[in-house]
Amino acid sequence: MGKNKLGLAAAAGLTASLALGSAYSEPVEDKLVIDGREMTTWTEAPADHPFDELISGWHYRTDETRALEADSFENPGMLYVERGEEIWNAVDGAAGKSCASCHQDASETMAGVGASYPKWNEAAGKPYNLELQINECRVEQMQAEPYKFDAPEQVALATFIKHQSLGEPVEIDLAEGDMQKWWERGKDRYYLRTGQLNMACATCHEDYNGRYIRADHLSQGNVNGFPTYRLNTGGMVSLHNRFRGCIRDTRAEFPAAFSDDLMALEVYVTWRGQGLSVETPAVRQ
Amino acid sequence: MTKPLVYAALAAVLLGTGPVTAGPVEPGNVEFAEDFTVSASLTDEAGDPAEGRKAFADRSLGNCLACHAVTEMSDQQFHGDVGPSLDGVAERYDPAFLRAIVVNAKHVFGEQTIMPGFYTLEVGVDVAEKHQGKTILSAQQVEDVVAYLTTLTD
Ligand code: HEC
Ligand code: HEC
Repeated sequence: MGKNKLGLAAAAGLTASLALGSAYSEPVEDKLVIDGREMTTWTEAPADHPFDELISGWHYRTDETRALEADSFENPGMLYVERGEEIWNAVDGAAGKSCASCHQDASETMAGVGASYPKWNEAAGKPYNLELQINECRVEQMQAEPYKFDAPEQVALATFIKHQSLGEPVEIDLAEGDMQKWWERGKDRYYLRTGQLNMACATCHEDYNGRYIRADHLSQGNVNGFPTYRLNTGGMVSLHNRFRGCIRDTRAEFPAAFSDDLMALEVYVTWRGQGLSVETPAVRQ
Repeated sequence: MTKPLVYAALAAVLLGTGPVTAGPVEPGNVEFAEDFTVSASLTDEAGDPAEGRKAFADRSLGNCLACHAVTEMSDQQFHGDVGPSLDGVAERYDPAFLRAIVVNAKHVFGEQTIMPGFYTLEVGVDVAEKHQGKTILSAQQVEDVVAYLTTLTD
């Protein structure tokens, strides 16, 4: 075999993979209606976005999984919403208060709130996600212990609060404080290749969404459904747990939950999915 | 014939007649020719296609099936479609080119390819402790996988 043939062969490899682009496994066209309300799960991306269209992870799941999310009686994540409501109303800590003592009826006071996290927190000098805000309330207002990462109460309460924004478009404020800087840092992290497998978030979720990686149908990796109910582990998965799982899958050490690295990533990835409806608790495989 | 391929032919002859190297080629010493080939075997033992087939499917080894479908492997579930199907890949490429792809696909397809380098220490940041300083496949496993790929003729 001569050099020319090999050169051609190399080029053929590249075209073969490009050609596959047209044969890829499309996200399923379908409408997500929960309790009579249609969710925005597929929408045009803003001009400065790497994608033309933003697509919820819901479209990449099987018929059964999609149906489970659409039916709030069947959705196993709804049990955690109920559990979260109990915690919302339960007195805890030395101050003898519950969340409800300050915030009353969550269906009114928390409506739309979860859709705009992470938010700039001036006192802390960094963005806060819902979990960090909950911990701050516990420590400052309730004189209770902060929840450890992924404590069942933390996940249930975050699920309950996010659920109060069901159907609301995700929209964060990058104009506050240093949010823009955190966005930049998160973007760097998104394109940073990690681990022995040498992959970035973008490698899977930007370059190859729509394709199957083994049994997994790769989505755009949007965060609008978090915390999500995962069928294969039979429980809720928090966002930072998911981030850590994806990073671990590249055979890399992963940053601590709520570390600056992962908070920056949360800001950036949330921005990427702005306009999609909050789906919490979404159901995933 | 270009030089590397002459060497390839030579190496094949030499390897066929007896061991000429001491131990496998180190990941940093694998020689890529200008035409994206690695002609010389990484070890002095011929690749075993049956072992290669196992490494190809095994999630903790090559896990090639995560990204590539192969019709011949229909006994295995879940073939990915991130990369092209490898049916007939032995008709398209010779072993020296296949070896180069498996050793370090970045040298062949470019830095941006999703395909990991299976015998290289040029990897991403923060490699997990248990994988540090190690390649995904051993030199012999690369040879086994390449031997398996050469059986994919249709
Ligand atoms: C994470 C995804 C991924 C994994 C894992 C992977 N590959 Fe690939 N492979 C690709 C992609 C994508 C291409 C096409 C080139 C490109 O677009 O970068 C490719 C191309 C190839 C080609 C050239 C095929 C052609 O017809 O042009 C061969 C051969 C190959 N891979 C073999 C393997 C083997 C063997 C393994 C495991 C040891 C493996 N790949 C693991 C993604 C992967
Ligand atoms: C090796 C491929 C791979 C890499 C690299 C990767 N992910 Fe994922 N990710 C997956 C798979 C597979 C899933 C499950 C299927 C899906 O929703 O895409 C997933 C799911 C997700 C989800 C959940 C989406 C949903 O709708 O529930 C988010 C969010 C996410 N990833 C973010 C990230 C971020 C951020 C990074 C980088 C730190 C990253 N991923 C890196 C493979 C990857």
